[in-house]
Amino acid sequence: MSKIVKLKKGFDIRLAGKASQEIANFANAQTFAIKPTDFIGLQRPKVLVNEGDTVKAGTPILIDKALDQVIYASPVSGEVVEIKRGDRRKLLEIKILADSSIAFESFGKIDLNQDRDGLATKLASTGVWPNIIQRPFGIVANPTDTPKGIFVSAFDTHPLAPDYGFTLQGEEKYFQAGIDALAKLTSGKVHLNVDGSKPVPGVFSGIKNAQINQFSGPHPAGNVGVQIHHLDPINKGDLVWTVNPTGVVQIGKAVLEGVYDASKVIALTGSELTKAAYVKTFSGANVSTFVKGNLNSGHVRVISGNVLTGEKINLEGFIGFYHNQITVIPEGDYYEFLGWAKPTTSKLSYHRALGLLSFLTPKKEFVLDSNARGEERAFVQTGVFESVTPMDILPVYLLKAIMAEDFDEMEELGIYEIVEEDLALCEFVDVSKHPVQELVRKGIELIQYS
Amino acid sequence: MKFLRDLMDKQRPLFEKGGKLESLYYAFEAGETFLFSPNHTTGIKGAQVKDAIDLKRMMITVVIAMIPCLLFGIYNTGHQSLLATGQTAGLWENFGDKALIGLQLVLPIVIVAYAAGGLVEATFAVIRKHPINEGFLVTGMLIPLVVPATTPLWQVALATVFAVVIAKEVFGGTGMNILNVAMTARAFLYFAYPAQISGDQVWTYLGEKAAVDGFSGATALAVAYNAGVDGVPVVDALATHNTALGADLFSFSNLFMGWIPGSIGETSTLMALIGAAILIGTGVASWKIIVSGFGGAYLMGLLLNVLAVNEYMAMPPQYHWVMGGLAFGIVFMATDPVSAAQTETGKWIYGLLIGMFTVIIRVTNPAYPEGIMLAVLFMNVFAPLIDYYVVKANKTRRLQRATV
Repeated sequence: MSKIVKLKKGFDIRLAGKASQEIANFANAQTFAIKPTDFIGLQRPKVLVNEGDTVKAGTPILIDKALDQVIYASPVSGEVVEIKRGDRRKLLEIKILADSSIAFESFGKIDLNQDRDGLATKLASTGVWPNIIQRPFGIVANPTDTPKGIFVSAFDTHPLAPDYGFTLQGEEKYFQAGIDALAKLTSGKVHLNVDGSKPVPGVFSGIKNAQINQFSGPHPAGNVGVQIHHLDPINKGDLVWTVNPTGVVQIGKAVLEGVYDASKVIALTGSELTKAAYVKTFSGANVSTFVKGNLNSGHVRVISGNVLTGEKINLEGFIGFYHNQITVIPEGDYYEFLGWAKPTTSKLSYHRALGLLSFLTPKKEFVLDSNARGEERAFVQTGVFESVTPMDILPVYLLKAIMAEDFDEMEELGIYEIVEEDLALCEFVDVSKHPVQELVRKGIELIQYS
Repeated sequence: MKFLRDLMDKQRPLFEKGGKLESLYYAFEAGETFLFSPNHTTGIKGAQVKDAIDLKRMMITVVIAMIPCLLFGIYNTGHQSLLATGQTAGLWENFGDKALIGLQLVLPIVIVAYAAGGLVEATFAVIRKHPINEGFLVTGMLIPLVVPATTPLWQVALATVFAVVIAKEVFGGTGMNILNVAMTARAFLYFAYPAQISGDQVWTYLGEKAAVDGFSGATALAVAYNAGVDGVPVVDALATHNTALGADLFSFSNLFMGWIPGSIGETSTLMALIGAAILIGTGVASWKIIVSGFGGAYLMGLLLNVLAVNEYMAMPPQYHWVMGGLAFGIVFMATDPVSAAQTETGKWIYGLLIGMFTVIIRVTNPAYPEGIMLAVLFMNVFAPLIDYYVVKANKTRRLQRATV
């Protein structure tokens, strides 16, 4: 039974610098990195390689001693050139200098007719497993769990997000194989949620073995958390898994080809790029070859991911494991005379308070910088978070419960249903400038480790 | 503006940690962020861009929405004064004189309220080491608008200090307070110095001059209440009241326009509605509270019509909208997001009850002709309870979902 859900609440952040639908011919990155910090919930990382080792694509690089069936594999073949640690020897990056042609570790095609546990164990040893995220908590799934459902959002409504219909075109076969594998892993169904406002892209049409649901509306309609809330909400004790479509394709390749193929098409976006387009590379690519020489201004912020949920990296940084997009925006470290009072048409706002005129130009694409636009204050404005959160959740009360570290209240108000990205818009629109996503993670960790 | 920026950068080390004036950092910070939006950038993780709104802009929007009330209040103060002393008849005669009298009376009150409250704010910010709260921009303007023009300045100062300290700072500042700060100031004056804020003599400034024969400074609310006691239809009583100042002083249209005695900014329903239009249009105030507030007053008026034990109860309910400070209170006080109900369902209930209680207090209690003040404070106290049940309903839905 597919569902059609039309959402009204939310807000589209319209930015300049959308990627044009073409694969640009930038030189591919030379170094790639695995960043343990990308994997939330990775508790005790252990590196399995040393500097100077040669690895293939799919060679285990890292495990979590708390969940050691799951390996984190090298996306490319080459030489481990650096294992970077930070304060207190915290593991930050494992860098690999890639060979000019990628050699794959082969573990043989995967038979989908084996039992569920055998399949899960097998997939966990291939490098594709970290694509599978468990909710609640938004952490890498445990292969021994059986989720009540697996959810795949086939579209991304974040600002300047990549179009999976474009990035995954031609991968139909692998996508179907990935869905087939996932269908074996759950006791329930695989839900494939497509954008109801557009024709379904080729790669997602005709997919079998999954329930196809249609979602439409402004961001966060494409967030898998919002979709789960409307399809089969997570109650206390429930367990569901989510996978990004790019991850589904990687799983499909592991099944059909017997390799960990971490290649993906990522979107280069943002107002500060001369050429905003797509580029084909591997997970964890160094972004410098795509960004340097492609900038139209000097003082920029490079973001792995999108502007709502992404992470600031530098020009020599690496794209995150879960990210399919790089965004480059102007850095906003400037003072503005009477900035709080001046009428403005160039700064985007969800609000319409005095002088905020962006609502007059609903089609305009804005150039936004990283200025914090004011200082943190106590909660004052009410009703706004609710109006950008298309879920039956009271974000302000939930956030206050987290601040108060009130466990019962957090549970009752629905902490199990959300991860950071689901309330990311609240962080954007907040008059009082709270670090909403940081708070959400804090709350999740309080519950998770209690 | 470069020289200002340079000036700020030069002074900054004085106030930063280790500087001579370190203890005054937040006072400096308030001044600096008022002049220049800070150069802070977003963090490494999380939202990398932010909405252009901030609390200063939101608060200043409310202040702008009050400007029509303020300007009207200034002119009306002068108008009432000349009217009472027989120096004018038409609305727009002696325009300059009226504006001047109004300014002379109102401006000092505004200045005193801002100065007294600002001082308290700054003191608390310095002692408690927190940023200065922008909420005071609004409070400092609200207080002058809800007192009579004849209020002694020291009382304005005292009420402001009391309200800011007791209603706000002891709870932790803007965002933490339970009661509306400006309403607390007014309630303080009302109970501490009733002679200067109630009765018939305080609403109109007479100065050195004598009032015209037959002058009564009573407000429409007082006239309506007395009509109820005397058994005269309220509409008739309003029409015949104070004919010395012109037969139509308390006509419906005059009440709506606000050419009547009363507190400085609250007499004009029209100006409050213009403010409401600004607040709703900019999304700063909740339209739900405003609509349900007016609706609640009307409903209660209708209900009393049915009972109609006395003439005040039989008054057409729309008169409640235009008499006294109901419109001003609902638009500017009830909608204060901090002290109001914070859930969307809660806002409907909260506004409705404010409207209803206002009318009940007006009609049934001779001691408090102005019901809106107590109704708002009363519902401020009950707003968390309303929210509690709305939130509980949300939790229950979640729980039921799990057990189905």
